[in-house]
Amino acid sequence: MRRSSTKKAGQAASAARANPSAADLLRTASSKATSKELERIDSLFSAYANGTSGLVDPEGIESLCADLEVDHTDVRILMLAWKMKAERQGYFTLDEWRRGLKSLKADTISKLKKALPQLEKEVKRQSNFADFYAYAFCYCLTEEKQKNIDIENICELLDLVLGNQFRAQVDYFVEYLKAQNDYKVINMDQWTGFLRFCNEISFPDFSNYDPELAWPLVLDNFVDWMQAKQG
Amino acid sequence: MSFDQDLEFIEMGVKKLKRQLEGDPEAIVTMVDKMSLYTKVYNLCTQRGSPVSPRELYDKYKELIIEYIMSTVLPSLQEKCDEEILIQLVEMWGIHKKMVHKLFLYFQYLDHGYVSRNSLPPLHEVGLTCFHDLVFKEFKDKVRDAIISMIAQQREGKPFDGDSIKSVLDIFVQHGIEIGFEEAMLKEAAIYYSNKASSLVRKFSYREYMLKANECLQREKTGVSCYLNASTEAALLEVVRNEFLSLFAGHYLEREKSRFLTLLAHENAEELSRMFRPFSKDAIWSHMAEPLSNIFKNHVHMEAIALARDTAMNGQEFIQKAIKLHEKCLKYINECFQEHDRFRQALAYVFHWLCNTAVGGRQPLELLASFCDDLLKKDCGKRLSDKAIEETFEKAVKLLPYVYAKDHFLKLYRENLARRLLSESANDDRERKILVKIKQQIGNWFQHPMKRMVDDITSTRENQLSFRDYIDRNSSIRPGIDFAVTVLSQGLWPDFKLADLDLPPEMEKCKEVFGEYYQWKNKDRKLTWIPSAGTCNVVGRFEPKTMELIMTPVQAAALLLFNSTNRLSYSEIMTQLNMTEDNVVGLLYSLSCAKHKILIKEPAMKTISPTDYFEFNSKFTDKMASIKIPPPPVAKSKKATEGVNKDCRWTIDASIVRIMKSQKVMAQKELVKECVKELGHMFKPELKMIKKRIEGLMARYFLERDSQDPELLRYLP
Repeated sequence: MRRSSTKKAGQAASAARANPSAADLLRTASSKATSKELERIDSLFSAYANGTSGLVDPEGIESLCADLEVDHTDVRILMLAWKMKAERQGYFTLDEWRRGLKSLKADTISKLKKALPQLEKEVKRQSNFADFYAYAFCYCLTEEKQKNIDIENICELLDLVLGNQFRAQVDYFVEYLKAQNDYKVINMDQWTGFLRFCNEISFPDFSNYDPELAWPLVLDNFVDWMQAKQG
Repeated sequence: MSFDQDLEFIEMGVKKLKRQLEGDPEAIVTMVDKMSLYTKVYNLCTQRGSPVSPRELYDKYKELIIEYIMSTVLPSLQEKCDEEILIQLVEMWGIHKKMVHKLFLYFQYLDHGYVSRNSLPPLHEVGLTCFHDLVFKEFKDKVRDAIISMIAQQREGKPFDGDSIKSVLDIFVQHGIEIGFEEAMLKEAAIYYSNKASSLVRKFSYREYMLKANECLQREKTGVSCYLNASTEAALLEVVRNEFLSLFAGHYLEREKSRFLTLLAHENAEELSRMFRPFSKDAIWSHMAEPLSNIFKNHVHMEAIALARDTAMNGQEFIQKAIKLHEKCLKYINECFQEHDRFRQALAYVFHWLCNTAVGGRQPLELLASFCDDLLKKDCGKRLSDKAIEETFEKAVKLLPYVYAKDHFLKLYRENLARRLLSESANDDRERKILVKIKQQIGNWFQHPMKRMVDDITSTRENQLSFRDYIDRNSSIRPGIDFAVTVLSQGLWPDFKLADLDLPPEMEKCKEVFGEYYQWKNKDRKLTWIPSAGTCNVVGRFEPKTMELIMTPVQAAALLLFNSTNRLSYSEIMTQLNMTEDNVVGLLYSLSCAKHKILIKEPAMKTISPTDYFEFNSKFTDKMASIKIPPPPVAKSKKATEGVNKDCRWTIDASIVRIMKSQKVMAQKELVKECVKELGHMFKPELKMIKKRIEGLMARYFLERDSQDPELLRYLP
């Protein structure tokens, strides 16, 4: 009896699937996550979110980091923010949360944790890295209408974002920034210039560096300073 | 008539024509002959069932031409050479052309009908092509060699037939036949002149060698002009020149270089000019210009370095010596080196260095500005005549184009000019003349404001007369003191420190009277008074003797306070004059601690402090009856430099925006280049400064970098 009824249900179900509505198609086509997953993502959000603001705030992020067993100054959190396209440093909105976790296909903490190495690889890809790099700068513009980042924070950010790839360049550039007095802040143009510099210019001889090209002046000065040091 | 008969008829006619063209007196082609031939051809072409087809006729025509060429033309050319072959060729070609033309008249119908219908080459072309293939191509090498040997013979002095060469070359050119003439000729010329040069070098000195070389060049030039086209001629002269020059470097250069250096060192202008005199500017000696101009440059550079390093000299001497060196070099360039560009460039190189390198901590442009000021000041007029002053000035300004930061110089000059114009002995005519001289050297762009400054002084003088008139007519408003006002247009003159103070009533009255006059005269202008500028003659009744003191109105105002009491404190003076502290300090210093101590200061130290007391120095005297009190000190030169730097930045900004606005999108390197070019007549902007300004403009959203290409800049409207 039951079997037949199940069969009927199964048949009915398959009949339903055979004539799918447009909405059904859309849903299955657009997001790979099923509604179950979405529910879990949302509930995960509420686990870390602040009840009154409805956002994951710095406290929430800290506990998230603890659960992920990642230091909250780790670059992977920045990468996560990038994946979420988070706008405000230290906070995640529900939309951003959904966006990030959906694309990582992570609806539990353990899945999220497992997704991190994959995320790292994704960011490091040439096509994405420049975008991530620029994002890192914007993410640190905490005040409204802020266009520049002060030297101290820049040095930390450089170390965080480029430290693995361009250890030597970052170390020397940071040393220079701390030693010089001409610049108190770094702007976006100079920031992006530095990545291009690391990618294109041979280090530490700077043999292919041409100050007549459109390198930001701060890098011209950096090269001069390095060359003076090297004697 | 049959096929053969018809053809034979035609052949006969053609033969007769041939003989006529060759000059056979018995062969006369009559009108009847022509007509019958023409008719024959016509008939053959049009008749039905004609024995000869048009095609056969066409071929026959061709055959006739070829036969003529083979039998007559070729043999005539075979045995000839040199001139004869050329003449013969031209003649044969002439005859052939006539022949083809005449034949065409007979075969016309064939041409119009059959030939054009079947898209065959027209008859005259056939005729020409045959000659082409059989004669021209066959003999072109021989012709070429003939011409070349004729040219060689010409060099040896044999008489020369340029016309026939020209005709033959023209023919070949017209028919587009390449005979490799130019190449062979140049090669032959090179060999000839290489030998010639070698023989000369062994026998002659440098000068004689060059003279002979020049002779050869001239000879070649006249020799070939009648038959060579311009470009070949130029190539030939180049070859000749090179052959001579190639030996020059090895044999003569070193000797000449050392001789040149010795002459320079001994300043032997006479011998130097003799070294180059025989040669015109673009003749052979130009090649020497490079090594010699380098020697010249180094020599002058050494002298310039010695001059710059001589610490014993003061600024005036430095400028004088620099001018002297410059004049000396100009003399060499004009009289000895025939104003050759390389020597001019050498001079420019050295003086660019000299005029922009600091000497004893001061920039040459500052020294130059002081030098000019000294020349134009009042006391100089006592020592030198007007003419001498102008001449010296003219020489001095020649250094101005070498200075990079011209705007800085002009700012200093303007300050000095202001001071001179406001002094008693302002000579506005001379100042105007001098400005013209400066304009001649560096262009017009700066001149306008300074000229207006001079105009201000001129109009002040006129104004003065009219003011006197005004006072005379309105006796009630007599100011009581004899005074004159200089009115300056705002914005032109360097900033004056507007020492605001309360003037004594006598001076206030003057201000009032003039103010009314000026309002009456110029209704819509506003006057701002500058008491720190200008002079005031004050009578000082000292015990030893009464003297006249010349000082600024501010100083006079301070001294007049002592008319009512002998002794005043610092704060009293400050209150009564209603001045700020900085101004008071400088003022009191100039009256009590400077050259002439009109006031006695208590305590007698050389610094002014708020607790000081000042007393009228009744014992003051001087051997002169009238003395000038130095004005309160003001820090001038630093301001000028600061001002200039600021101006620099805005000028560069403006230039960048201007360029980007018109270009919209531009590569950064190009932008920098354009900017330097645009501002070059004023000063030489450094790359780093321009880059900094660009970054500044980017931060202010005037420009942005392209997202794809970081070298590209875009203007943001």
